Amino acid sequence: MEFSTRSIDGGFAEPVIAAQGVFRALMEAMARPGTVHALPPLAAPPAPLTAEAGAVALTLCDHDTPVWLDPELQGSAEIRDWIGFHTGAPFAFTPAEAHFALVSRPGELIALENFAQGSQDYPDRSATIILQLDTLAAGAPLVLEGPGIETRARLAPAPLPRHLATQWRQNNARFPRGVDLVLTAPGAIACLPRTTRIVETEG
Amino acid sequence: MYVAVKGGEAAIDNAHRLLADRRRGDRDVPALGLDQIVEQLALAVDRVMAEGSLYDRELAALAIRQARGDMIEAIFLVRAYRTTLPRFGYARPADTGAMLIERRVSATYKDLPGGQLLGPTFDYTHRLLDPQLAGDAPVAAPATREADTRAMPRVSEILTREGLIEGDGALPDDREPGDITREAPEFPMERDLRLQSLARGDEGFLLALAYSTQRGYARSHPFVGEIRIGELDIELDVPELPFPVPLGRIRVTECQMVNQFQGSAKAPPQFTRGYGLVFGQSERKAMAMALCDRALRAGEFGEDVTAPAQDEEFVIAHADNVQATGFVEHLKLPHYVDFQAELDLVRRMRAEAEAHTATPVKVAGKAAE
Amino acid sequence: MAVIARADGDALRRLWAEAGFEELAELVRGPETGLVMLRGRMGGGGAAFNLGEATVTRATVRLATGEVGHAYALGRDRDKVRIAATVDALWQRPQSRDRVEDRIVAPLRAAGAAADDERRRETAATKVDFFTMVRGED
Repeated sequence: MEFSTRSIDGGFAEPVIAAQGVFRALMEAMARPGTVHALPPLAAPPAPLTAEAGAVALTLCDHDTPVWLDPELQGSAEIRDWIGFHTGAPFAFTPAEAHFALVSRPGELIALENFAQGSQDYPDRSATIILQLDTLAAGAPLVLEGPGIETRARLAPAPLPRHLATQWRQNNARFPRGVDLVLTAPGAIACLPRTTRIVETEG
Repeated sequence: MYVAVKGGEAAIDNAHRLLADRRRGDRDVPALGLDQIVEQLALAVDRVMAEGSLYDRELAALAIRQARGDMIEAIFLVRAYRTTLPRFGYARPADTGAMLIERRVSATYKDLPGGQLLGPTFDYTHRLLDPQLAGDAPVAAPATREADTRAMPRVSEILTREGLIEGDGALPDDREPGDITREAPEFPMERDLRLQSLARGDEGFLLALAYSTQRGYARSHPFVGEIRIGELDIELDVPELPFPVPLGRIRVTECQMVNQFQGSAKAPPQFTRGYGLVFGQSERKAMAMALCDRALRAGEFGEDVTAPAQDEEFVIAHADNVQATGFVEHLKLPHYVDFQAELDLVRRMRAEAEAHTATPVKVAGKAAE
Repeated sequence: MAVIARADGDALRRLWAEAGFEELAELVRGPETGLVMLRGRMGGGGAAFNLGEATVTRATVRLATGEVGHAYALGRDRDKVRIAATVDALWQRPQSRDRVEDRIVAPLRAAGAAADDERRRETAATKVDFFTMVRGED
């Protein structure tokens, strides 16, 4: 079993600076749901893992955070090796064991309720799901409300998990348990934490 | 009520500056090098590594110097440092049977394969202070002799063949060893977590508990099956290589304690065991750990839990000297508001007590107790 | 890798300088220091438990000719580990393997074996030879 050089390349050139920058963008995006933050191409993972999702993985994942890959990403030995080499993260056998999930095909994602939801005592023991999208601005508009949003925020991400509006209401109802979403698209990220409500959808 | 106050910034700065001065001491005396500490205060370094739970000689030496030789402060510094580093993984369990041995003794068998190797021990010294060591008198090179190349099996393996002793200690195969640096300890606790806690526990505390078991508080009739000190090869599995990567060697002390056991409803008469494994050369700690490990297995053998050393929560929750010093030493930090509240309460209680008494209590120091 | 991981950093630096390799290796990862949790087994051979951590430094390099070398070693000597990763990469290239083996690995292996042998001989000198003084009947 040869370890591909494609799995060794493409990490952060300056790990500390890059990870701090990505973390800052993530923190802002999580604190102000619906706002879009620029993310320069800092990582170059093997396709189909994108630069943005790869950068988020390099920033958040480590030896203590089991990672779940959707079937397309799971099918690539290069991607598994890349994540293993650069983050040291182990892979979760089931979505319920994962701290992070990387999803290249959001439209085919299994239901959010399959992922770790945390417990009443430890709501932080839930999954953060990182979705690779085509766009955050050109999809069907979502109108968002909740903590961190002064009045209403708008976001138009695509493609989204099936029946997201319904799934997200269920996710909201599980509070303080529930999953958080990181939405990545070329050059940008936004977040939907469990506290955010989707109040309107079109299309 | 909570009142935030600020002050003392200049006092703190100057206190730190004074500390630095006192730490350095007389400038005419040469400064201690870390290599001197590593080489000549090696067992102090070992203790800081063991209780700091971080194997790195130079860091332990730096901590000892920075702490002016205060061992618990040095251990605290090492514990704080380790939180700044990422975790690369879990090494494969090291095989103490394959140790490059520097000392190996057994109190249960005189003749055993490989023999009794005394190594660099304080045992059999007369504990008379040696004025020569005040200077830098030349030290002779160690004697040498042809080494026995036979394998040195652990003494426990010899006893196992007779069937009169319990096995090495099993947990369910699918159990991933618990890690107190990752999950907060909960009681009751499995033996793997207890051993991890004991391995970094305070030597003095564990020694006192071990002593208490010998004096009759959880009597366990112990014998030293074997103590061995030496170096172990460490290997790590990493994603990028298909074989375990060798990392180098560490020195450890292992103690196999063998305890006579009269049998209970749960287990037949046999020898039971306690296990100690500690970073560096520290057989006192390894022995104390093994005695405490055995005492804490009381429940497993259906023994009555009557003594402090058998009380898991008492032993494990108080064995960590960094936690202990944190909670004890925080008492010296300002508690001005807390104390004012208590003062107020005591005044009111006193007033109420006096109101209920026909003849008011004479105010005296003792009345406040 | 075991020989080099164990080696004293200064010994490796000296041999590396003397061997005179001129290849430049690009750092792909590290050198970086982290922790590895070390493990023992209950009773020596039973269930595993976590003993305590050790500092470990690692590096990955790539030669201009494409070979990738990895190195891990206990401690915090980044320079040693960077050289060790380069040595690992050079060892994988057929035209430099013999020189790496002769100039670096073999001398370190010999030094390690000699040190171990010395240690064993010093320990052996402290072996107790029992002899019977009196054999009594009561």
